[in-house]
Amino acid sequence: MLFDIVDVNSSPSLSDPWWKVFYDFSSLTHKIDSSLHNAMSQFWTTIAEMLIIGVLILLFYALIGLFLVYAERKVCAFMQNRLGPNRVGPFGIFQTIADLFKLLFKELIPIKNADSFLFNLAPFIVIIASFMAIAAIPFAKGLHAIDLNIGVLYVIAVSAMGVIGVLLAGWSSNNKYSLIGAMRSGAQIVSYELSVGLSIITIVILAGSMQLSEIVEAQRTGWFIFKGHIPAFIAFIVFLVSSTAETNRGPFDLAEAESELTAGYHTEYSGIKFAFFFLAEYINMFIVASIAATVFLGGWMPFNVGHWDGFNHVMDFVPPFVWYIGKTFFVIFIMMWFKWTFPRLRIDQLLTLEWKYLLPINLVNVLIMAFLVLMGWHF
Amino acid sequence: MSNEWLILFFLVGAIFVGLILIFSGIVAPKSINPQKFEPYECGIPTEGVTWLQFNVGYYLFAILFLVFDVETVLVFPWAVVMKEVGMAAFVEIVIFFFILGLGLLYAWKKHALIWE
Repeated sequence: MLFDIVDVNSSPSLSDPWWKVFYDFSSLTHKIDSSLHNAMSQFWTTIAEMLIIGVLILLFYALIGLFLVYAERKVCAFMQNRLGPNRVGPFGIFQTIADLFKLLFKELIPIKNADSFLFNLAPFIVIIASFMAIAAIPFAKGLHAIDLNIGVLYVIAVSAMGVIGVLLAGWSSNNKYSLIGAMRSGAQIVSYELSVGLSIITIVILAGSMQLSEIVEAQRTGWFIFKGHIPAFIAFIVFLVSSTAETNRGPFDLAEAESELTAGYHTEYSGIKFAFFFLAEYINMFIVASIAATVFLGGWMPFNVGHWDGFNHVMDFVPPFVWYIGKTFFVIFIMMWFKWTFPRLRIDQLLTLEWKYLLPINLVNVLIMAFLVLMGWHF
Repeated sequence: MSNEWLILFFLVGAIFVGLILIFSGIVAPKSINPQKFEPYECGIPTEGVTWLQFNVGYYLFAILFLVFDVETVLVFPWAVVMKEVGMAAFVEIVIFFFILGLGLLYAWKKHALIWE
Protein backbone atom coordinates (compact mmCIF):
# COMPACT_ATOMS: atom_id res chain seq x y z
CA MET A 1 0.00 0.00 0.00
CA LEU A 2 1.54 3.18 -1.19
CA PHE A 3 0.38 5.65 1.43
CA ASP A 4 0.87 3.32 4.35
CA ILE A 5 3.96 5.00 5.65
CA VAL A 6 2.77 7.21 8.40
CA ASP A 7 3.00 7.45 12.13
CA VAL A 8 0.42 5.20 13.77
CA ASN A 9 0.74 6.42 17.36
CA SER A 10 -2.10 8.87 17.08
CA SER A 11 -4.78 7.58 14.71
CA PRO A 12 -6.82 10.57 13.57
CA SER A 13 -10.58 10.11 13.53
CA LEU A 14 -12.89 11.26 10.78
CA SER A 15 -14.87 13.47 13.13
CA ASP A 16 -12.01 15.96 13.43
CA PRO A 17 -12.55 19.34 11.77
CA TRP A 18 -11.08 19.69 8.29
CA TRP A 19 -8.17 21.91 9.30
CA LYS A 20 -6.79 19.15 11.53
CA VAL A 21 -5.30 17.69 8.39
CA PHE A 22 -2.59 20.34 8.53
CA TYR A 23 -1.31 18.81 11.75
CA ASP A 24 -1.36 15.21 10.61
CA PHE A 25 -1.47 14.33 6.94
CA SER A 26 -1.89 10.59 7.56
CA SER A 27 -5.70 10.81 7.68
CA LEU A 28 -5.78 12.54 4.30
CA THR A 29 -3.43 10.06 2.66
CA HIS A 30 -5.34 7.12 4.17
CA LYS A 31 -8.61 8.54 2.88
CA ILE A 32 -7.23 8.98 -0.63
CA ASP A 33 -5.78 5.47 -0.54
CA SER A 34 -8.98 3.78 0.60
CA SER A 35 -11.21 5.69 -1.82
CA LEU A 36 -8.91 4.74 -4.69
CA HIS A 37 -9.03 1.12 -3.56
CA ASN A 38 -12.82 1.22 -3.57
CA ALA A 39 -12.92 2.71 -7.04
CA MET A 40 -10.59 0.32 -8.87
CA SER A 41 -8.39 -2.76 -8.72
CA GLN A 42 -5.02 -3.08 -6.98
CA PHE A 43 -3.02 -2.58 -10.15
CA TRP A 44 -4.76 0.60 -11.22
CA THR A 45 -4.66 1.98 -7.68
CA THR A 46 -0.90 1.60 -7.71
CA ILE A 47 -0.68 3.33 -11.08
CA ALA A 48 -2.91 6.18 -9.91
CA GLU A 49 -0.92 6.68 -6.73
CA MET A 50 2.32 6.68 -8.68
CA LEU A 51 0.89 9.36 -10.96
CA ILE A 52 -0.33 11.48 -8.04
CA ILE A 53 2.99 11.29 -6.21
CA GLY A 54 4.97 11.84 -9.40
CA VAL A 55 3.00 14.95 -10.35
CA LEU A 56 3.09 16.34 -6.80
CA ILE A 57 6.84 15.86 -6.44
CA LEU A 58 7.42 17.44 -9.87
CA LEU A 59 5.33 20.47 -8.98
CA PHE A 60 7.05 20.84 -5.64
CA TYR A 61 10.47 20.47 -7.25
CA ALA A 62 9.77 23.10 -9.90
CA LEU A 63 8.24 25.53 -7.41
CA ILE A 64 11.15 25.23 -4.99
CA GLY A 65 13.62 25.72 -7.83
CA LEU A 66 11.86 28.81 -9.18
CA PHE A 67 11.38 30.31 -5.75
CA LEU A 68 14.97 29.73 -4.61
CA VAL A 69 16.46 31.39 -7.69
CA TYR A 70 14.24 34.42 -7.07
CA ALA A 71 15.08 34.40 -3.34
CA GLU A 72 18.80 34.23 -4.04
CA ARG A 73 18.64 37.25 -6.33
CA LYS A 74 16.60 39.23 -3.83
CA VAL A 75 18.86 38.29 -0.89
CA CYS A 76 21.96 39.11 -2.96
CA ALA A 77 20.45 42.48 -3.89
CA PHE A 78 19.57 43.15 -0.27
CA MET A 79 23.14 42.35 0.86
CA GLN A 80 24.58 44.65 -1.81
CA ASN A 81 22.10 47.46 -1.24
CA ARG A 82 20.38 47.03 -4.60
CA LEU A 83 16.76 46.41 -5.56
CA GLY A 84 17.13 43.10 -7.39
CA PRO A 85 14.53 41.91 -9.91
CA ASN A 86 11.55 44.30 -9.73
CA ARG A 87 10.10 44.65 -13.25
CA VAL A 88 8.37 41.36 -14.14
CA GLY A 89 5.23 41.19 -12.01
CA PRO A 90 4.84 42.65 -8.53
CA PHE A 91 8.30 42.77 -6.84
CA GLY A 92 9.64 40.85 -9.82
CA ILE A 93 8.21 37.52 -8.69
CA PHE A 94 7.75 36.30 -12.29
CA GLN A 95 11.38 37.02 -13.18
CA THR A 96 12.52 33.40 -12.88
CA ILE A 97 9.57 32.18 -14.96
CA ALA A 98 10.53 34.66 -17.66
CA ASP A 99 14.13 33.43 -17.43
CA LEU A 100 12.96 29.84 -17.73
CA PHE A 101 11.05 30.60 -20.95
CA LYS A 102 14.01 32.46 -22.36
CA LEU A 103 16.28 29.48 -21.66
CA LEU A 104 13.76 27.04 -23.17
CA PHE A 105 13.86 28.92 -26.49
CA LYS A 106 17.66 29.14 -26.70
CA GLU A 107 19.68 27.05 -29.09
CA LEU A 108 21.34 23.88 -27.75
CA ILE A 109 24.85 24.02 -29.19
CA PRO A 110 26.67 20.71 -29.80
CA ILE A 111 30.40 21.21 -29.21
CA LYS A 112 32.88 19.97 -31.78
CA ASN A 113 34.87 16.91 -30.64
CA ALA A 114 32.90 16.70 -27.40
CA ASP A 115 31.89 13.28 -26.07
CA SER A 116 28.25 13.85 -26.97
CA PHE A 117 26.82 10.84 -25.12
CA LEU A 118 28.36 11.83 -21.78
CA PHE A 119 27.68 15.49 -22.55
CA ASN A 120 23.95 14.76 -22.74
CA LEU A 121 23.98 12.25 -19.88
CA ALA A 122 25.38 14.70 -17.31
CA PRO A 123 22.20 16.84 -16.82
CA PHE A 124 20.19 13.64 -16.36
CA ILE A 125 22.50 12.47 -13.56
CA VAL A 126 22.49 15.72 -11.60
CA ILE A 127 18.70 16.06 -11.80
CA ILE A 128 17.96 12.39 -11.00
CA ALA A 129 20.29 12.49 -7.99
CA SER A 130 18.43 15.45 -6.53
CA PHE A 131 15.03 13.88 -7.25
CA MET A 132 16.00 10.67 -5.46
CA ALA A 133 17.32 12.58 -2.47
CA ILE A 134 14.09 14.56 -2.13
CA ALA A 135 12.15 11.26 -1.96
CA ALA A 136 13.31 10.49 1.58
CA ILE A 137 12.77 13.86 3.25
CA PRO A 138 9.94 14.20 5.81
CA PHE A 139 8.01 17.39 5.11
CA ALA A 140 5.43 17.08 7.86
CA LYS A 141 3.75 14.47 9.97
CA GLY A 142 2.49 11.85 7.53
CA LEU A 143 3.83 13.76 4.51
CA HIS A 144 6.76 11.55 3.74
CA ALA A 145 7.27 9.83 0.40
CA ILE A 146 9.59 6.99 1.47
CA ASP A 147 10.51 6.40 5.09
CA LEU A 148 13.74 4.43 4.74
CA ASN A 149 15.27 2.93 7.87
CA ILE A 150 18.66 4.27 6.73
CA GLY A 151 17.20 7.66 5.77
CA VAL A 152 20.10 9.97 6.65
CA LEU A 153 22.75 7.75 5.10
CA TYR A 154 20.62 7.38 1.96
CA VAL A 155 20.12 11.12 1.52
CA ILE A 156 23.79 12.04 1.90
CA ALA A 157 24.80 9.12 -0.33
CA VAL A 158 22.39 9.97 -3.13
CA SER A 159 22.93 13.71 -3.04
CA ALA A 160 26.67 13.08 -3.37
CA MET A 161 25.97 11.20 -6.62
CA GLY A 162 25.51 14.58 -8.28
CA VAL A 163 29.31 14.91 -8.39
CA ILE A 164 29.39 12.19 -11.05
CA GLY A 165 27.24 14.41 -13.24
CA VAL A 166 29.54 17.36 -12.61
CA LEU A 167 32.65 15.30 -13.45
CA LEU A 168 31.05 13.95 -16.63
CA ALA A 169 29.99 17.45 -17.67
CA GLY A 170 33.50 18.80 -17.23
CA TRP A 171 35.22 15.85 -18.85
CA SER A 172 32.99 15.54 -21.88
CA SER A 173 32.95 19.24 -22.81
CA ASN A 174 36.37 19.18 -24.50
CA ASN A 175 37.18 22.48 -22.79
CA LYS A 176 40.06 23.12 -20.43
CA TYR A 177 38.08 25.40 -18.13
CA SER A 178 35.41 22.74 -17.78
CA LEU A 179 37.93 20.03 -17.01
CA ILE A 180 39.70 22.08 -14.34
CA GLY A 181 36.35 23.03 -12.80
CA ALA A 182 35.19 19.43 -12.72
CA MET A 183 38.41 18.15 -11.14
CA ARG A 184 38.26 20.85 -8.49
CA SER A 185 34.64 20.03 -7.83
CA GLY A 186 35.50 16.35 -7.47
CA ALA A 187 38.33 16.97 -4.99
CA GLN A 188 36.17 19.39 -3.05
CA ILE A 189 33.03 17.27 -2.82
CA VAL A 190 34.80 14.06 -1.85
CA SER A 191 36.72 15.92 0.86
CA TYR A 192 33.73 17.63 2.42
CA GLU A 193 31.61 14.51 2.16
CA LEU A 194 33.56 13.16 5.16
CA SER A 195 32.67 16.10 7.37
CA VAL A 196 29.01 15.90 6.41
CA GLY A 197 28.96 12.19 7.27
CA LEU A 198 30.78 12.58 10.58
CA SER A 199 28.68 15.49 11.81
CA ILE A 200 25.54 13.48 11.02
CA ILE A 201 27.05 10.54 12.95
CA THR A 202 27.33 12.80 15.99
CA ILE A 203 23.56 13.18 15.99
CA VAL A 204 22.86 9.55 15.07
CA ILE A 205 24.64 8.56 18.30
CA LEU A 206 22.22 10.78 20.20
CA ALA A 207 19.12 9.62 18.33
CA GLY A 208 20.05 5.93 18.13
CA SER A 209 18.47 5.65 14.69
CA MET A 210 19.08 6.60 11.09
CA GLN A 211 15.38 6.71 10.17
CA LEU A 212 14.43 10.33 9.57
CA SER A 213 10.93 10.03 11.03
CA GLU A 214 12.38 8.51 14.23
CA ILE A 215 15.02 11.23 14.44
CA VAL A 216 12.27 13.86 14.24
CA GLU A 217 10.14 11.98 16.77
CA ALA A 218 13.08 11.80 19.20
CA GLN A 219 13.15 15.61 19.19
CA ARG A 220 9.65 15.99 20.61
CA THR A 221 11.16 16.94 23.98
CA GLY A 222 13.72 19.31 22.53
CA TRP A 223 15.73 19.86 19.38
CA PHE A 224 19.02 17.99 19.15
CA ILE A 225 21.00 21.20 18.86
CA PHE A 226 19.84 22.02 22.42
CA LYS A 227 19.73 18.44 23.71
CA GLY A 228 23.28 17.59 22.72
CA HIS A 229 25.11 20.42 24.51
CA ILE A 230 28.20 21.83 22.83
CA PRO A 231 29.11 18.81 20.63
CA ALA A 232 25.77 19.08 18.82
CA PHE A 233 26.33 22.78 18.24
CA ILE A 234 29.85 22.17 16.89
CA ALA A 235 28.43 19.44 14.65
CA PHE A 236 25.80 21.89 13.36
CA ILE A 237 28.43 24.50 12.47
CA VAL A 238 30.63 21.89 10.78
CA PHE A 239 27.62 20.56 8.90
CA LEU A 240 26.70 24.04 7.68
CA VAL A 241 30.22 24.77 6.42
CA SER A 242 30.79 21.40 4.79
CA SER A 243 27.35 21.17 3.21
CA THR A 244 27.82 24.63 1.71
CA ALA A 245 31.05 23.29 0.21
CA GLU A 246 29.36 20.10 -0.92
CA THR A 247 26.75 21.97 -2.91
CA ASN A 248 29.48 23.98 -4.67
CA ARG A 249 28.19 27.21 -3.24
CA GLY A 250 29.16 30.28 -1.38
CA PRO A 251 32.83 30.90 -0.68
CA PHE A 252 33.52 27.36 -1.93
CA ASP A 253 32.30 27.76 -5.54
CA LEU A 254 35.73 26.97 -7.01
CA ALA A 255 34.21 24.63 -9.57
CA GLU A 256 32.55 27.55 -11.34
CA ALA A 257 34.80 30.41 -10.24
CA GLU A 258 33.78 32.94 -12.87
CA SER A 259 36.83 35.15 -12.38
CA GLU A 260 39.22 32.36 -13.37
CA LEU A 261 37.27 29.58 -15.12
CA THR A 262 34.49 31.46 -17.01
CA ALA A 263 31.72 29.17 -15.74
CA GLY A 264 33.66 26.09 -14.68
CA TYR A 265 32.17 22.73 -15.51
CA HIS A 266 29.11 24.10 -17.35
CA THR A 267 30.97 26.55 -19.61
CA GLU A 268 29.91 24.70 -22.77
CA TYR A 269 26.31 24.06 -21.80
CA SER A 270 23.75 26.32 -23.37
CA GLY A 271 20.03 26.94 -23.11
CA ILE A 272 17.97 24.56 -21.05
CA LYS A 273 20.87 22.16 -20.40
CA PHE A 274 22.59 24.92 -18.47
CA ALA A 275 19.33 25.52 -16.60
CA PHE A 276 19.37 21.91 -15.37
CA PHE A 277 22.71 22.41 -13.65
CA PHE A 278 21.50 25.68 -12.20
CA LEU A 279 18.29 24.06 -10.95
CA ALA A 280 20.11 21.07 -9.46
CA GLU A 281 22.41 23.39 -7.53
CA TYR A 282 19.48 25.12 -5.88
CA ILE A 283 17.61 21.89 -5.18
CA ASN A 284 20.76 20.44 -3.60
CA MET A 285 20.91 23.50 -1.39
CA PHE A 286 17.31 22.86 -0.40
CA ILE A 287 18.10 19.20 0.36
CA VAL A 288 21.07 19.91 2.62
CA ALA A 289 19.14 22.69 4.35
CA SER A 290 16.23 20.38 5.03
CA ILE A 291 18.59 17.71 6.35
CA ALA A 292 20.09 20.33 8.67
CA ALA A 293 16.59 21.35 9.74
CA THR A 294 15.48 17.75 10.26
CA VAL A 295 18.53 16.43 12.05
CA PHE A 296 19.59 19.42 14.14
CA LEU A 297 16.59 21.72 14.38
CA GLY A 298 13.79 19.25 15.00
CA GLY A 299 12.24 18.90 11.53
CA TRP A 300 8.54 19.66 11.76
CA MET A 301 8.52 19.72 15.57
CA PRO A 302 7.41 23.06 17.08
CA PHE A 303 9.67 25.05 19.38
CA ASN A 304 8.67 24.24 22.97
CA VAL A 305 10.19 25.53 26.19
CA GLY A 306 9.95 23.50 29.40
CA HIS A 307 6.87 24.51 31.39
CA TRP A 308 5.75 27.62 29.55
CA ASP A 309 2.36 26.12 28.72
CA GLY A 310 0.83 29.21 27.13
CA PHE A 311 3.86 29.72 24.91
CA ASN A 312 3.93 26.03 24.00
CA HIS A 313 0.25 26.08 22.99
CA VAL A 314 0.82 29.02 20.68
CA MET A 315 3.82 27.23 19.15
CA ASP A 316 1.85 23.99 18.73
CA PHE A 317 -0.87 25.92 16.92
CA VAL A 318 1.50 26.64 14.01
CA PRO A 319 1.20 23.68 11.59
CA PRO A 320 4.22 21.32 11.34
CA PHE A 321 4.64 21.99 7.63
CA VAL A 322 5.12 25.68 8.34
CA TRP A 323 7.72 24.85 10.98
CA TYR A 324 9.59 22.63 8.58
CA ILE A 325 9.56 25.19 5.75
CA GLY A 326 10.50 27.98 8.15
CA LYS A 327 13.54 26.13 9.50
CA THR A 328 14.65 25.03 6.06
CA PHE A 329 14.47 28.54 4.67
CA PHE A 330 16.28 29.88 7.70
CA VAL A 331 19.20 27.54 6.95
CA ILE A 332 19.02 28.45 3.25
CA PHE A 333 19.17 32.14 4.17
CA ILE A 334 22.31 31.49 6.23
CA MET A 335 23.89 29.72 3.27
CA MET A 336 23.03 32.65 0.99
CA TRP A 337 24.46 35.00 3.58
CA PHE A 338 27.73 33.01 3.47
CA LYS A 339 27.85 33.30 -0.28
CA TRP A 340 27.45 37.05 -0.44
CA THR A 341 29.69 37.81 2.54
CA PHE A 342 32.89 35.80 2.22
CA PRO A 343 35.45 35.99 -0.59
CA ARG A 344 36.15 32.82 -2.53
CA LEU A 345 38.79 30.46 -1.10
CA ARG A 346 41.80 29.14 -3.02
CA ILE A 347 41.93 25.38 -3.57
CA ASP A 348 44.82 24.86 -1.13
CA GLN A 349 42.98 26.86 1.56
CA LEU A 350 39.87 24.82 0.85
CA LEU A 351 41.60 21.47 1.30
CA THR A 352 43.53 22.71 4.34
CA LEU A 353 40.29 23.78 5.97
CA GLU A 354 38.80 20.34 5.52
CA TRP A 355 41.72 18.02 6.23
CA LYS A 356 43.57 19.97 8.92
CA TYR A 357 40.66 21.60 10.76
CA LEU A 358 37.20 20.18 10.15
CA LEU A 359 38.13 16.49 10.01
CA PRO A 360 40.17 16.34 13.28
CA ILE A 361 37.57 18.53 15.03
CA ASN A 362 34.86 16.18 13.84
CA LEU A 363 36.66 13.01 14.93
CA VAL A 364 37.16 14.41 18.43
CA ASN A 365 33.60 15.71 18.46
CA VAL A 366 32.18 12.26 17.73
CA LEU A 367 34.15 10.85 20.67
CA ILE A 368 32.94 13.61 23.02
CA MET A 369 29.36 13.02 21.98
CA ALA A 370 29.73 9.26 22.48
CA PHE A 371 31.11 9.93 25.94
CA LEU A 372 28.22 12.27 26.78
CA VAL A 373 25.66 9.70 25.69
CA LEU A 374 27.51 6.97 27.60
CA MET A 375 27.41 9.02 30.79
CA GLY A 376 23.83 10.13 30.17
CA TRP A 377 24.76 13.79 30.42
CA HIS A 378 22.58 14.86 27.51
CA PHE A 379 19.06 16.11 28.16
CA MET B 1 5.63 2.91 0.71
CA SER B 2 8.20 0.18 0.27
CA ASN B 3 11.74 0.86 -0.84
CA GLU B 4 11.20 -0.38 -4.39
CA TRP B 5 9.26 2.82 -5.02
CA LEU B 6 12.55 4.66 -5.28
CA ILE B 7 12.49 3.63 -8.93
CA LEU B 8 9.49 5.95 -9.30
CA PHE B 9 11.60 8.95 -8.35
CA PHE B 10 14.34 7.83 -10.71
CA LEU B 11 11.79 7.64 -13.53
CA VAL B 12 10.18 10.98 -12.69
CA GLY B 13 13.61 12.66 -12.81
CA ALA B 14 14.53 11.00 -16.11
CA ILE B 15 11.16 11.81 -17.71
CA PHE B 16 11.32 15.41 -16.46
CA VAL B 17 14.72 16.01 -18.07
CA GLY B 18 13.86 14.02 -21.19
CA LEU B 19 10.58 15.77 -21.94
CA ILE B 20 12.00 19.24 -21.42
CA LEU B 21 15.01 18.44 -23.63
CA ILE B 22 12.70 17.15 -26.38
CA PHE B 23 10.46 20.22 -26.09
CA SER B 24 13.43 22.55 -26.18
CA GLY B 25 14.84 20.66 -29.17
CA ILE B 26 11.57 21.30 -31.05
CA VAL B 27 11.11 24.99 -30.24
CA ALA B 28 14.72 26.17 -30.07
CA PRO B 29 16.18 27.73 -33.23
CA LYS B 30 19.07 26.07 -35.08
CA SER B 31 21.64 27.78 -37.22
CA ILE B 32 24.85 26.38 -38.67
CA ASN B 33 28.06 28.31 -38.20
CA PRO B 34 31.32 26.39 -37.87
CA GLN B 35 32.84 28.97 -35.52
CA LYS B 36 30.04 28.46 -33.02
CA PHE B 37 30.84 24.81 -32.33
CA GLU B 38 34.41 25.49 -31.22
CA PRO B 39 35.15 25.03 -27.50
CA TYR B 40 35.27 28.37 -25.72
CA GLU B 41 38.72 29.66 -24.84
CA CYS B 42 38.61 33.46 -24.54
CA GLY B 43 38.11 33.87 -28.27
CA ILE B 44 41.29 32.20 -29.51
CA PRO B 45 41.30 28.70 -31.13
CA THR B 46 41.90 26.00 -28.53
CA GLU B 47 45.44 24.62 -28.44
CA GLY B 48 46.19 20.86 -28.35
CA VAL B 49 44.04 18.15 -26.82
CA THR B 50 42.05 18.66 -23.65
CA TRP B 51 42.14 15.16 -22.20
CA LEU B 52 45.65 15.23 -20.74
CA GLN B 53 47.32 13.87 -17.64
CA PHE B 54 46.26 15.68 -14.53
CA ASN B 55 47.85 17.03 -11.36
CA VAL B 56 48.71 14.11 -9.06
CA GLY B 57 47.49 16.07 -6.02
CA TYR B 58 43.87 15.25 -6.87
CA TYR B 59 44.60 11.50 -6.76
CA LEU B 60 46.27 11.77 -3.36
CA PHE B 61 43.17 13.36 -1.94
CA ALA B 62 41.02 10.76 -3.64
CA ILE B 63 42.96 7.96 -1.92
CA LEU B 64 42.74 9.70 1.47
CA PHE B 65 39.03 10.19 0.89
CA LEU B 66 38.58 6.48 0.19
CA VAL B 67 40.17 5.54 3.52
CA PHE B 68 38.08 7.96 5.55
CA ASP B 69 34.86 7.33 3.65
CA VAL B 70 35.02 3.59 4.32
CA GLU B 71 35.62 4.55 7.95
CA THR B 72 32.49 6.74 7.95
CA VAL B 73 30.40 3.90 6.55
CA LEU B 74 31.79 1.61 9.25
CA VAL B 75 30.98 4.09 12.01
CA PHE B 76 27.34 4.62 10.95
CA PRO B 77 26.05 1.24 12.23
CA TRP B 78 28.16 1.69 15.36
CA ALA B 79 26.47 5.04 16.02
CA VAL B 80 23.02 3.44 15.86
CA VAL B 81 23.76 0.79 18.50
CA MET B 82 26.10 2.92 20.63
CA LYS B 83 23.45 3.60 23.31
CA GLU B 84 22.57 -0.07 23.78
CA VAL B 85 26.08 -1.56 23.78
CA GLY B 86 27.52 1.10 26.10
CA MET B 87 31.07 1.03 27.44
CA ALA B 88 32.42 -1.70 25.15
CA ALA B 89 31.36 0.23 22.05
CA PHE B 90 32.97 3.41 23.38
CA VAL B 91 36.32 1.72 24.08
CA GLU B 92 36.31 0.12 20.66
CA ILE B 93 35.65 3.39 18.87
CA VAL B 94 38.40 5.14 20.82
CA ILE B 95 40.89 2.50 19.67
CA PHE B 96 39.53 2.68 16.11
CA PHE B 97 39.77 6.45 15.96
CA PHE B 98 43.26 6.36 17.51
CA ILE B 99 44.52 4.14 14.69
CA LEU B 100 42.76 6.34 12.11
CA GLY B 101 44.22 9.46 13.71
CA LEU B 102 47.69 7.91 13.37
CA GLY B 103 46.96 7.44 9.66
CA LEU B 104 45.93 11.06 9.29
CA LEU B 105 49.00 12.17 11.21
CA TYR B 106 51.20 10.08 8.91
CA ALA B 107 49.67 11.68 5.83
CA TRP B 108 50.10 15.09 7.44
CA LYS B 109 53.81 14.52 8.24
CA LYS B 110 54.40 13.15 4.73
CA HIS B 111 53.05 16.49 3.40
CA ALA B 112 50.23 14.71 1.59
CA LEU B 113 47.81 17.36 2.83
CA ILE B 114 49.74 20.24 1.28
CA TRP B 115 48.55 21.35 -2.11
CA GLU B 116 51.37 21.85 -4.61
